[in-house]
Amino acid sequence: MLNPPQRAARKIKNLLPITTIWWREIIRFYRQRSRLFSAIAQPLVFWLLIGSGLSASFQPAGAADGPDYIEYFYPGIVVLVLLFTSIFATISVVNDRREGFLQAVLVAPVPRWRIVFAQALGGTTLALLQGLLLLIFTPMIGIRFGVTSLLLSLGVMTLLAFGLTNLGLLIAWRMDSTQGFHAIMNLLLIPIWLLSGAFFPSTGVPGWLAWAMKFNPLTYGLAAFRHSLYLDTTAKAFGEGPPWNLSLLITGLFCVLTYVGAILTASAQTN
Amino acid sequence: MADTKVSHTITTDSRLSTVSNSRIEVENLSHAYQRRQTLDNISFDVSCGEIFGLLGPNGSGKTTLFRILSTLMPATSGTVRILGHDLATEVKAIRNLLGVVFQHPALDVKLTVVENLRHHGHLYGLAGRTLRSRISELLECFGVSDRSTERVERLSGGLQRRVEIAKALLHSPRVLLLDEPTSGLDVATRRQLNNYLGMLAQTEDILVLLTTHLLDDAEACNRVGILDVGKLVAIGAPNELKNQVGGDVILIESRDNETLGTAITERFGVSIVSTDNQLRVECKRGHEFVRNVVAAFPDVIQSVRFGKPTLQDVFVKLTGNPFVERKDRKN
Repeated sequence: MLNPPQRAARKIKNLLPITTIWWREIIRFYRQRSRLFSAIAQPLVFWLLIGSGLSASFQPAGAADGPDYIEYFYPGIVVLVLLFTSIFATISVVNDRREGFLQAVLVAPVPRWRIVFAQALGGTTLALLQGLLLLIFTPMIGIRFGVTSLLLSLGVMTLLAFGLTNLGLLIAWRMDSTQGFHAIMNLLLIPIWLLSGAFFPSTGVPGWLAWAMKFNPLTYGLAAFRHSLYLDTTAKAFGEGPPWNLSLLITGLFCVLTYVGAILTASAQTN
Repeated sequence: MADTKVSHTITTDSRLSTVSNSRIEVENLSHAYQRRQTLDNISFDVSCGEIFGLLGPNGSGKTTLFRILSTLMPATSGTVRILGHDLATEVKAIRNLLGVVFQHPALDVKLTVVENLRHHGHLYGLAGRTLRSRISELLECFGVSDRSTERVERLSGGLQRRVEIAKALLHSPRVLLLDEPTSGLDVATRRQLNNYLGMLAQTEDILVLLTTHLLDDAEACNRVGILDVGKLVAIGAPNELKNQVGGDVILIESRDNETLGTAITERFGVSIVSTDNQLRVECKRGHEFVRNVVAAFPDVIQSVRFGKPTLQDVFVKLTGNPFVERKDRKN
């Protein structure tokens, strides 16, 4: 049996690798400031251009008492920022594990689940920070935060960022080249976002599309985020979305499954 | 002073009593990748205090072997014991004993030298004062103290290599594995590194195992294993291996190697290996042979090179192949 100080020492020894890998992700990001700009500027430009452009001519289906398109589009843009940041944070894994810092991490006596957890935590932190920056725009579109809605929104954002980072890790640990990663991103990740209700609601879309949206985990993540954003604001109709509790449940499940998937992939790729 | 002596004697004794605790033992190791045999029934032993070099051209299976020993990849069959621990079942114990230097830098260039080392220390559970003093000790030793707060991307290739090795030694490993450690270094730095590794193996009683395709690096090892397309074709001290080659080595170039080769064999009764566009002859009293062969075929021979055998000659003699990359077997 270990005495308390020994147990404390072991705990620190187990935590150190996690904090150090996490901290490295943060420092790297801070020192490559162009990343910060690109991950946030692109969605912002999308939002302002597409949002303003479509506001004039389109009314989201099923939204009778009319949120502007720019307002409808906003939660989707926050999720896009989370998606971009998480994905860019994980793309470094592709090169890093074959010709970089990760090689040394992989031969160190650190279990794979701790490595993946630390990486996911790093991506989540970065995504969350950038998502927070975007919350500045909420007053502009008439969202008012109370304590509950703010905390809940942050909670949902954390879940989404963690799930998306793990999804990114799951792909990155499998890839041999960053080109492959970009291909997956265009073929899989962007469509997942497009079909999550970020761009248009599922009400009134053709049947096959409605089904695709129903099976898309991000649909539920986005719905949960919308719900939490508008908790303290007079609700506007955004068309029929999945119910609040189901959305939260599926988002949580998405986090767990992607995390387990990322661990399994990382373990299978090394030893 | 006296204390040091005593403790040294004790170490030596304990080494003798538990031999396998101070050795890497590789037995019948084979590895296949996509139905292609990259390692074929390899066996060898290395002891602490020794520098062992795996010499082979690119594609000979060195990197595969390196990845297996550094716990990154399980072998298809065979056993490896590292300081008494079985590689197949005791990975964690082995990882604590290993220091690994990869061919491609494993430093984060966006971090400073100290930050890189600190992160590495944390991975091995080192922290606080112990870690700080160990870092400054190693930076001092590798002569990079004055650059410690600079980002690694600003350091020259040679300095980066030094930081790389300092990093691998940070947690005081008993076994140091290096994959092509001198690649990208100039001759002077390469020699310096080889000397340092020699010193390290002896004074710290560390087991150093490196892979290389450079003959100079292999010459600096205590023992060398020569790999060719996944097979260990020879193993021994560099001098021992070179003595296997019969005397001197003569390389002849001509316009028509085939005809000349046959003619030389008929006339002098020596065996000839034809590689690339050269004829290779091994014989005793090579200077006399050179004189006679040039006198016998003055018009056909374009050039003759005479030399003492190198490890390259050992490789050519044992495999019949030139010491170059085998494209079909590249790993």
